[in-house]
Amino acid sequence: MTNELITASAADLAARLAAREISSAELTQACLDRTAAVDGVVHSYLHVDAEGALAAARAIDERRAAGESLPTLAGVPIAVKDVMTTKGLPTTCGSKILEGWIPPYDSTVVTRLKAAGMPILGKTNLDEFAMGSSTEHSAYGPSRNPWDLDRIPGGSGGGSSSVIASFQAPLATGTDTGGSIRQPAAVTGTVGTKPTYGGVSRYGLVALASSLDQAGPCARTVLDTALLHEVMAGHDPMDSTSIDAPVPAVVEAARRADVSGMKIGIIRELTGDGFQAGVQQRFDEAVQHLVDAGAEVVEVSCPSFTYALAAYYLILPSEASSNLAKFDAMRYGMRVAPQGIDDPSAEQVMAATRDAGFGDEVKRRIILGTYALSSGYYDAYYGSAQKVRRLIADDFTRSFEAADVLVSPTAPTTAFAFGDKIDDPMAMYLNDIATIPANLAGVPGMSLPSGLAPEDGLPVGFQILAPAMQDQRLYAVGAALEARLLSAWGAPLLHSAPDLTAAGKGA
Amino acid sequence: MSELTRADVAHLAGLARIELSDDELDKMVGELGIILESVATVQNAPIGDVAPMSHPMPLVNVTRPDEVRPSLAAEAALSGAPEQDQQRFSVPRILDED
Repeated sequence: MTNELITASAADLAARLAAREISSAELTQACLDRTAAVDGVVHSYLHVDAEGALAAARAIDERRAAGESLPTLAGVPIAVKDVMTTKGLPTTCGSKILEGWIPPYDSTVVTRLKAAGMPILGKTNLDEFAMGSSTEHSAYGPSRNPWDLDRIPGGSGGGSSSVIASFQAPLATGTDTGGSIRQPAAVTGTVGTKPTYGGVSRYGLVALASSLDQAGPCARTVLDTALLHEVMAGHDPMDSTSIDAPVPAVVEAARRADVSGMKIGIIRELTGDGFQAGVQQRFDEAVQHLVDAGAEVVEVSCPSFTYALAAYYLILPSEASSNLAKFDAMRYGMRVAPQGIDDPSAEQVMAATRDAGFGDEVKRRIILGTYALSSGYYDAYYGSAQKVRRLIADDFTRSFEAADVLVSPTAPTTAFAFGDKIDDPMAMYLNDIATIPANLAGVPGMSLPSGLAPEDGLPVGFQILAPAMQDQRLYAVGAALEARLLSAWGAPLLHSAPDLTAAGKGA
Repeated sequence: MSELTRADVAHLAGLARIELSDDELDKMVGELGIILESVATVQNAPIGDVAPMSHPMPLVNVTRPDEVRPSLAAEAALSGAPEQDQQRFSVPRILDED
């Protein structure tokens, strides 16, 4: 295989960096070399910052050589989803309307990564403004699934999932509004966590739906995910919804990997019908592993989850239509003059720009949201959706009285082929059926690989959900399951993914 | 259940300040109709006496001391502007002729 630095875990790399066995410059260069070799076929990145990453790496190496005590992940490079502002680096959100925009400030997440000494390799692809489950809605073309280049890497964070699954980076950031961290993790055989709403600052994340958006970590192991979670999370006065409380002890929980005596609740409404046979089979096996590890299994019912998809696709477009109003062609981003109008007004320029700059899915959701919020329809649509949201939160509250964590498959199927759902918005939306309840209620969730579906040989994701501010439970359960699966498999799942350098040569 | 007409969608696009082409309008009417029919099922949920929930966590008003602190310099704030003039955003005319 290629340079083993690119397949090592972030935890292992951090230890070797601390022991000065490797340098950050060497590690960062190995990641960049891998990108040069495979990103032509995978297309995880919208922008690679080789120079900036190497400069940051060398700076960390110098500080370490000078004997400075550094944070755990110092020197470990990371890829950043292109919906987080980065001072001096383009931030497009996968949209033409922001093509070439270079923000004058860093998002809080990026500020924290820099403070942790993590070189930023580049910006990863996503569905435009994070609207989608496949990256097919990116204005810059889709990312591809390293397991099968004809299939989707999930979305919206398909750039982040594929960048780590193709060993271009050990870690990446994500954002999850309805599953955009967890579903991409599921279909690429990687790990991702949506923290409790408010756990990670939203300052500098270009907002999709403010009451649902939450940034979180993407990685190849549960421990690596916890290490990045700890760096990203914590109170931020720049975000009024940021939780002012200590970050849950996620790293400690991942290291202990203890589920003995824990009650695991299987959500009746998110299993069985509608889930691919191999997805269900790997889910059932994973539950048995947890029982073997000392957990107790109960079944819980969340009847309102049946309405979650409908509520979500009213609340999200409503909030998005308001948030995206800021793209008005006046202060930043694209400005297009309307055809055939002399001396157009600001409103005419705005309307022409938004038509030229937004893609179909973004327009669809903005118009749907405008409708749901309009006078005369507000109560029937947005108002009803908000009431359903309450019912869903109540279902969680009741279920967490019976169980410490809830589990389900992350997505109903393994990765689907490009083009399968692009012309059928409702079919695309159904991918999120298991992930959106957590966003509506604000509770944390994780997806980790539970094997390959026998019928197609593609990765299956296992979802764990915990009560708000109990993010550490995700890591306890995730790490316990991962340890048992790893010993059953004999090697990490991603080691059985195809060799992309061979694919690159063939293409 | 209300049906979305082409005129409705054109009106909504106007409210959202998106100048849709005729082709886009034709496509959008059908797609939005299907989506709307599906999301309208929220009305079938047992929501009679339920209090609406707008946000996952209780919202509290966050304030800070009224003290000057560093902020973006004018040059940085204008760095992404499509047009600028005398350290200001330059915009098309905002009033109609009549």
